[in-house]
Amino acid sequence: MIYRETGQFKTSYAADQAIFPIAQDRLGMLVILAVAFVAVPLMASDYWLTTILLPFVIYGLAALGLNILTGYAGQLSLGTGGFMACGAFAAYKLATAFPELHVLVVFALSGLITAAVGMLFGLPSLRIKGFYLAVATLAAQFFLLWLFNKVPWFTNYSSSGVISAPPLAIWGETYVTGFEATPRAKYLFALTVVTLLALAAKNMTRLKIGRAWMAIRDMDIAAEIIGIRPLATKLSAFAVSSFYCGVAGALWAFAYTGAVEALAFDINVSFRILFMIIIGGLGSILGSFLGAGFIVLLPIFLNNALLAMGMAEAVALASHLEFMIMGALIILFLIVEPHGLARLWQILKEKLRKWPFPY
Amino acid sequence: METLSAVLVEPFVAIAEAPMFFFEVLIGGLLSGVMYALVALGFVLIFKASGVFNFAQGAMVLFAALFFVGFIDLGWPIWLSLVVTVGVMVLLALVIERAVLRPLVNQDPIILFMATIGITFFLDGFGQTLWGSDVRRLDIGIPDDPLIVAGLYVNQFDIYAAVICGLLVLGLALFFQFTPTGRALRAVADDHQAAMSVGVPLNVIWAIVWTVAGIVGLVAGIMWGAKLGVQFNLALIALKALPVLILGGFTSVPGAIVGGLIIGAGEKVAEVFWGEVLGGAIEDWFAYMLAMVFLLFRPQGLFGEKIIERV
Repeated sequence: MIYRETGQFKTSYAADQAIFPIAQDRLGMLVILAVAFVAVPLMASDYWLTTILLPFVIYGLAALGLNILTGYAGQLSLGTGGFMACGAFAAYKLATAFPELHVLVVFALSGLITAAVGMLFGLPSLRIKGFYLAVATLAAQFFLLWLFNKVPWFTNYSSSGVISAPPLAIWGETYVTGFEATPRAKYLFALTVVTLLALAAKNMTRLKIGRAWMAIRDMDIAAEIIGIRPLATKLSAFAVSSFYCGVAGALWAFAYTGAVEALAFDINVSFRILFMIIIGGLGSILGSFLGAGFIVLLPIFLNNALLAMGMAEAVALASHLEFMIMGALIILFLIVEPHGLARLWQILKEKLRKWPFPY
Repeated sequence: METLSAVLVEPFVAIAEAPMFFFEVLIGGLLSGVMYALVALGFVLIFKASGVFNFAQGAMVLFAALFFVGFIDLGWPIWLSLVVTVGVMVLLALVIERAVLRPLVNQDPIILFMATIGITFFLDGFGQTLWGSDVRRLDIGIPDDPLIVAGLYVNQFDIYAAVICGLLVLGLALFFQFTPTGRALRAVADDHQAAMSVGVPLNVIWAIVWTVAGIVGLVAGIMWGAKLGVQFNLALIALKALPVLILGGFTSVPGAIVGGLIIGAGEKVAEVFWGEVLGGAIEDWFAYMLAMVFLLFRPQGLFGEKIIERV
């Protein structure tokens, strides 16, 4: 009744190709953006902003990056954590070596550096596929972390191996990174970056390049026969994906934690982001964010539930139980809906179109 | 120039100057490679029979070792603990087949891979909830002192490990080759649908394969547990076994063994002779790099089946 496109006529090609062709979707998106940009910063406490919303937004960006590579281009990767670390350390080196650079330039450059690294590690994808490739990307994960851990140049010879983000201002005295920045400023900054990049990703998947990725994903030999160049397509997917992961890593180090060491981006981060896109939905921009929300909130929820049941004193036990429940939930989720939350949302929308008279 | 010579020249000089030491390192590496092969073997069995990339193999190693050492700590004799742990692994295989694989039949390989990561989380949590996360010593009476063979120091424990691994592989080969079940397993590995059409029950075969992988995991868990103590780190050995897998090929049992030997030897030699120049702890990634470079020349691994793709 409320969600129905009857009577909405498209009179131009532009309207036909809009991202949200249905008026209700446009309205819904506007409401979500308004809530995220206006209501949340006004209402949410600092605790919420720093422990839930910031990681959610940043994980969402990283998941988006992996989704471009795995969901759209079909190249399974387990090196996300390594690429995030690469972005974080590139941003750190840039920000400390050239303090006069603007924060956006720092982030863009660190993304580009990560893209170059990603392309390098994407080269084997031309020869190997599937799980062989997944294991090969683990090489990126382990090698990059080892590099940032062992070569003191990357941490500016800090003895602990921890990099702390220098304060950077978006304009004037409005700091968005470092310890002077308020959680609100950091959140708004991260949210703006993520929104713009998500919009770019959405458009990229609708362009020629995105269709080439999907053709390679569905069957690379057939795609090659119809004239899609596998080298350029696969490497561009690796580059774009690594760019997103690199920016996410830089945001993680600069806006979220403020100080970070290489080990913060270990293999578990890669797995967590892979979970996000599987649970959220492969090949879906929305799914990346739904999955990120799910995985960020689940441990917090479980923790509180276990606390409420009076298990606070047995910390080790609680963390093991958390592991167990997490594993069981993931399996359950895969069995119930292997195509993720994005598919559930789609089904809901289909149902809603016919509601309340489904026949 | 100095770094170049430190990387490209000096290690070889060191090797040439002390060939005996080099051989000791090499043999130590080969023998520890056998231990990697033990873990990789479990992966290969499951991938061959069901096409599932079983990330949970490492967790199964830990799980089995936790139960085994837990029963021993309760004061049970070793043989009883062994039998009961095998029982536990059979039960685990049945539960996994019933609760995870059967509902997910015909899904994409990546979905099944994710499910096995879910199993990993579950088993890690479950095992440690039951038995705690302390490091437990596992003493099964294998001496751990060096032995001098032909003038070379060799760790006795590693030789036992190699012998046990050899016996295990021999047993598996006989089982696959000469029993009706083994023949059915090979049929499923060759072609699921053809096997089903001649009446091989797929579900039963999967349960058997996961059981066998569980028992291989138990052997690996006992050997690794005796070496390092039974602790959470055992689950991470799976990450060591992955490069072995891609080197040897996902579908080849001999590949797992040879891959394990190459990785073990390469890793040890690199760590001893090149590690210092490069900053140490290169064991973490060296195996992966070795496997990746290797894959560039042989994408299906050493013994993997040649991939023929059709549109």
